[in-house]
Amino acid sequence: MAWLQAATPPRPVGDFGLKPCPHPGTTDPVRQYRVHPAGNPMSEPSRAPLPWRKLVPWLGIGAVVATLAAAFAWTAGWLSPQRVTAPRLVDTIENGKPFAGFRRAHARGVCLAGWFEPTAEGAALSRARVFSQPRTPVLGRFSIGGGDPLGAEAQARVRSLALQLDTDDGQQWRLAMNSFPFFAVSTPQAFAEQILASRPDAATGKPDPAKMQAFLERHPEARNFMAWAGSAPWSNSFANTAYHGVHAFRFTDAQGESRFVRWIFEPQAGFEPLAPEQRQAAEASYLADEIAARLAEGPLRWTLVLTLAEAGDPIENPSQPWPGDRERVAAGTFVLERVSDQATGACRDINFDPTILPDGIDPSGDPVLAARAAAYSVSFNRRLREIAGGQADAAPGAAD
Amino acid sequence: METNTHFTRTARWLHWAMAAMILAMLFIGVAMVTSLESRPWLLDLHRPLGILILLLAVLRLWHRRRNPPPPLPASLPRWQARVAKLSHVALYVLMFAMPLLGWAMSSAGGYLVTLPGGLVLPPLAPADPALYTWLRDAHGALGYAFFALVLAHVAGALQHAWVRRDGMFEAMAGRR
Repeated sequence: MAWLQAATPPRPVGDFGLKPCPHPGTTDPVRQYRVHPAGNPMSEPSRAPLPWRKLVPWLGIGAVVATLAAAFAWTAGWLSPQRVTAPRLVDTIENGKPFAGFRRAHARGVCLAGWFEPTAEGAALSRARVFSQPRTPVLGRFSIGGGDPLGAEAQARVRSLALQLDTDDGQQWRLAMNSFPFFAVSTPQAFAEQILASRPDAATGKPDPAKMQAFLERHPEARNFMAWAGSAPWSNSFANTAYHGVHAFRFTDAQGESRFVRWIFEPQAGFEPLAPEQRQAAEASYLADEIAARLAEGPLRWTLVLTLAEAGDPIENPSQPWPGDRERVAAGTFVLERVSDQATGACRDINFDPTILPDGIDPSGDPVLAARAAAYSVSFNRRLREIAGGQADAAPGAAD
Repeated sequence: METNTHFTRTARWLHWAMAAMILAMLFIGVAMVTSLESRPWLLDLHRPLGILILLLAVLRLWHRRRNPPPPLPASLPRWQARVAKLSHVALYVLMFAMPLLGWAMSSAGGYLVTLPGGLVLPPLAPADPALYTWLRDAHGALGYAFFALVLAHVAGALQHAWVRRDGMFEAMAGRR
């Protein structure tokens, strides 16, 4: 059996004629062998091809890296051009013609300041500091719907109120409310479709009726919103307009009990109508001028009214109102002291994201609420870049 | 005397825990600027996790100064060793820069950074559009760079594990 104790190790099978020529100190399996053309009668004096086995670890590395990269790209939306992402939704809203420096929706508005005084009933429903602090400073913004900072205020169907409340515990609550009591649609994808369906046709300057019809067939609940838009009375001021939170939020009290609510800021100023001919004749800055004039007579007030959901009420569908007999609670009073131009006011560079909430208040799973947070962030990033770059359009309330 | 062939158990634990967190953060970051449905809860994860990574990075750097890592294998060509060292410096720079940029960016945008439990971090920068835009761009660009560097790091680590088989992977993955 002497061959078993041979001094030189037996040559491995299939070694392609390679001679062992170890490099001292290396364990590198490739470097252990070096081709000696003279001792290799079978092949030409060029380098022999690597065995496919040696490629396997490299293929493995490639597979791991490629998988990670593909997962990242998919998450980013780069592999799904059809997916409605937040940037694409804002692109749809902009329709190629953004007003640089302005919010992509609710572009025209005025800054405001005041304070909030809670009630004991509000404190019973939420442990948020706003409901126990005697007076919380408020800054915010009135605006009209739409992306045009030059839009005629009196003609705007949608008026909005955004607020930021800063309590003495360092927490913050931002609200973004509208004069409509419910949304037209229940998902952000449907909202994207609505924008496309109501986009003015290039030829006629009006929305294409066929596209709108097709949209309404896919989303019949949108007809409710149109009915509201067509029939709701027009008041003559920001001051006597009600502002709805629309989405449901979860209020948690000091004992840890929680319930879902929707809220309305109900005006204490009495309703006064704005006739169609008055709307037509009004100056573009009618609403801003009008409320400034009212405030010269004294502060204006709204009551924060919470509507409490009951079991079975649609929490996550902002297009569905709750039954009218739900319990309502007056949780506090918002006192408005003054308004100021949005170009120079504190509200210009605030993103009134309605998911910025204090302890004691949480968002519901309403997908449109989440989508608003996403879309507002995109709009905010774009317009702050424009403001920083000096590209803000010259318009009422434009940035310097 | 035994030569230093492995990272300490603390270093290993920090590495793998932070690797999982950082990878998660990169995916959360890219998802939260894209998603229409999930931004609020992704953001609620992203900020506290970022601050946690920052704190762990401080701990990790301090530990590394006191416990030098095992040397690279002698057989590694000098240029590869240099690239490896530079890439690790870059990883540490990013581990600190990303959360600090995120915090500063939030402050510059007028946002509060609130941690679980109600702790509100002080603003790291004044609210200012130009500063916000610059910090936002830096945070985003370095985020993508971080992901590319992580891929390179993973490829390099697996090269040591599966091709060179020189014990470097085990230095971070193995038990002593």
